[in-house]
Amino acid sequence: MTPTVVLPVIIGGLYAAGVYLLLDRSLTRVLLGFLLMGNATNLLVLSAGGPAGLAPILGYSEPEEMSDPLPQALILTAIVITFGVSAFVLAMIHRSWRLVHQEVVGTDEEDRRVAARSATDADELDPDELDPADRAAGHADSLHTPEADDLGADDVDLPAVTGAR
Amino acid sequence: MTSVLAPLPVLLPLLGAAAALLTSGHPRSQRILSIAVLTAVLAVSVTLLLIADADGATSVAVGGWPVPLGIVLVVDRLSALMLVVASTVALGVLVFAVGQGAADGQEDTPLSIFHPTFLVLVAGVSNAFLAGDLFNLYVGFEILLMASYVLLTLGGTAPRIRGGITYVIVSLTSSLVFLAAIGLVYAATGTVNMADLAVRLGELPEGTQVLLQSMLLIAFGIKAAVFPLSAWLPDSYPTAPAPVTAVFAGLLTKVGVYAIIRTQTLLFPDGALDDLLMWAALATMLVGILGAVAQTDLRRLLSFTLVSHIGYMVFGIALGTTAGLAGAVFYVAHHIAIQTTLFLVAGLVERQGGTTSVDKLGGLARRSPLLAVLFFVPAMNLAGIPPLSGFIGKLGLLHAGVAEGSSMAMALVVGGVVTSLLTLLAIARVWTRAFWRPPTQAPADDTAAAAAADAGSGGGSTPDGGPSGNGGPSPDGDGTGSPFQAAWRRHTRVATAAEPDLPPAAASTRALRPLPATMVAATAGLAAVTVALTGLAGPLYGIADRAAEDLLDRTPYISTVLGPEETP
Repeated sequence: MTPTVVLPVIIGGLYAAGVYLLLDRSLTRVLLGFLLMGNATNLLVLSAGGPAGLAPILGYSEPEEMSDPLPQALILTAIVITFGVSAFVLAMIHRSWRLVHQEVVGTDEEDRRVAARSATDADELDPDELDPADRAAGHADSLHTPEADDLGADDVDLPAVTGAR
Repeated sequence: MTSVLAPLPVLLPLLGAAAALLTSGHPRSQRILSIAVLTAVLAVSVTLLLIADADGATSVAVGGWPVPLGIVLVVDRLSALMLVVASTVALGVLVFAVGQGAADGQEDTPLSIFHPTFLVLVAGVSNAFLAGDLFNLYVGFEILLMASYVLLTLGGTAPRIRGGITYVIVSLTSSLVFLAAIGLVYAATGTVNMADLAVRLGELPEGTQVLLQSMLLIAFGIKAAVFPLSAWLPDSYPTAPAPVTAVFAGLLTKVGVYAIIRTQTLLFPDGALDDLLMWAALATMLVGILGAVAQTDLRRLLSFTLVSHIGYMVFGIALGTTAGLAGAVFYVAHHIAIQTTLFLVAGLVERQGGTTSVDKLGGLARRSPLLAVLFFVPAMNLAGIPPLSGFIGKLGLLHAGVAEGSSMAMALVVGGVVTSLLTLLAIARVWTRAFWRPPTQAPADDTAAAAAADAGSGGGSTPDGGPSGNGGPSPDGDGTGSPFQAAWRRHTRVATAAEPDLPPAAASTRALRPLPATMVAATAGLAAVTVALTGLAGPLYGIADRAAEDLLDRTPYISTVLGPEETP
């Protein structure tokens, strides 16, 4: 049997689209990107089983004509795992929406503050003298600082942030 | 004997999880059940370690399929040792969590999902340690990750969802890389059995081998938090409840390290990427510890030291010598126990002081001398002060590095010493500020800062504030108002109590808030384990040494799984 070019092209296309979506801030698109990449990986495992053949059932086909059953078993497991994880991520997206009316990846306020600092010398940045907000180590406050709320979503079709403070 | 025992560390927690789910209406029996299950797992693991150390590796073909096709569980010295340490800390953390639940008045309304999920997590960890083929390793990872997603987002508060999203998406990506690597390995060799792969991978062209090796390293590197794949860890771990963070910090990254050890020694013994691993180890150590020095929140500081000390283990793996691997194995065992203990102590500090921000704490040593001892001993152990086990592990690794003698290894030795010193610096800052200075020197905080810090450090040590205040979004968008108002009141109360201008009587009321005995006992138990690791360092290092010899020899593992005639 001759190798097919269709499968590699599809796998590559799915990976490309998946990575593109995964890098989006909207969590729904991140999930879609993950699903595309998951399917690409499943196709990759399928193509690892070699050329297509008959169903691997004894008595139905001869061993030489069978396709390799092991990758199919692996894919089945992977599909189940992907399904479960997708359900969980959907629930988390919903939760995020209920909490902050926002289903985008949160802004990392600490990163922004570090980027905005004018002084970079260590002795000018004694933690004791920094603004208390700068010292706060977690980012949870970042969801509710005025700046974060004014940022809005960078996706046009996402509603602007409404209050939640 | 082993064929009966080997599947039990996976089976028992899974069955226990099902039973715990069924008994979720009876919190008391649920707690007794899960503690009993983990005790049984610990007993089985110890037995397996004794058998494996005496008789060498054994393998079990689950389901009775012939070996390269079916699922194989392999118990050798390394996996048995990992199982023992993992089940010990899991048991300690579970007792801590039970104590916390009891102390917070959750007797009647427990978070019924915690115990089953925790048991599933343990099952996944055991499965990953025992897996004899790559795909079963992947399944083990997925089981533990799935449980960890649930545990990390317990209660569903805003900080946890935010941290959880980072964690979930990063983990998913690494799992996809791993799965793709498995697909490519299968395409190249036609098998996923690790012993079979050890024979067949060597026949592949060198370029293919390096490709497969680097894909597996990227997948495991993300899970083990090796720089530059470590940025997700300090972002997501500190938001979870204290026992969850503790078990994550102790176990999850070490499963990644275990997978790196296994694949590097068994599948790719040529060490084609050892130089790259050395650079990664150096960068992990230095970047991680510099991050820790810059932190003022105890949990985030500990998360950064966690990343940093992964570098020591990668260093040992990259050396590829018996001494290096033995050092790495010993260090993994030591670090699982020590990091878990320290995160539990951080949970106690949060209960006692109301915050984990080092700038706001003060005088803990006087208020709670026991807590101070519980922090001091593991912290010194982490920094590697002699004669504790951290010192022994570091000394072994540095000795192996000097013996190897290349300039890169020497650079890593220097980097390891610097990291150790900086760890001491970071820990000493916590000690002098949170524990040693008089409480009156702690700065007076305005309530807003206290609120921000408290919300940032995980929103309290219990999964509270979650379902209560989210009765659906109202039109004007203040549907999330009530939990934050409740949180605000709590912070105000804490901040007022911390006000140093108050009369001594008011200040001492907070000092009298007793720590629940079960939580202290669990933490003290784990701290005792870390000290015991020092006392038992001789036999333990002996096991690590023999495990490293087996790993480098490869023959014991391969002949155990495939039978003696297949050995190359």
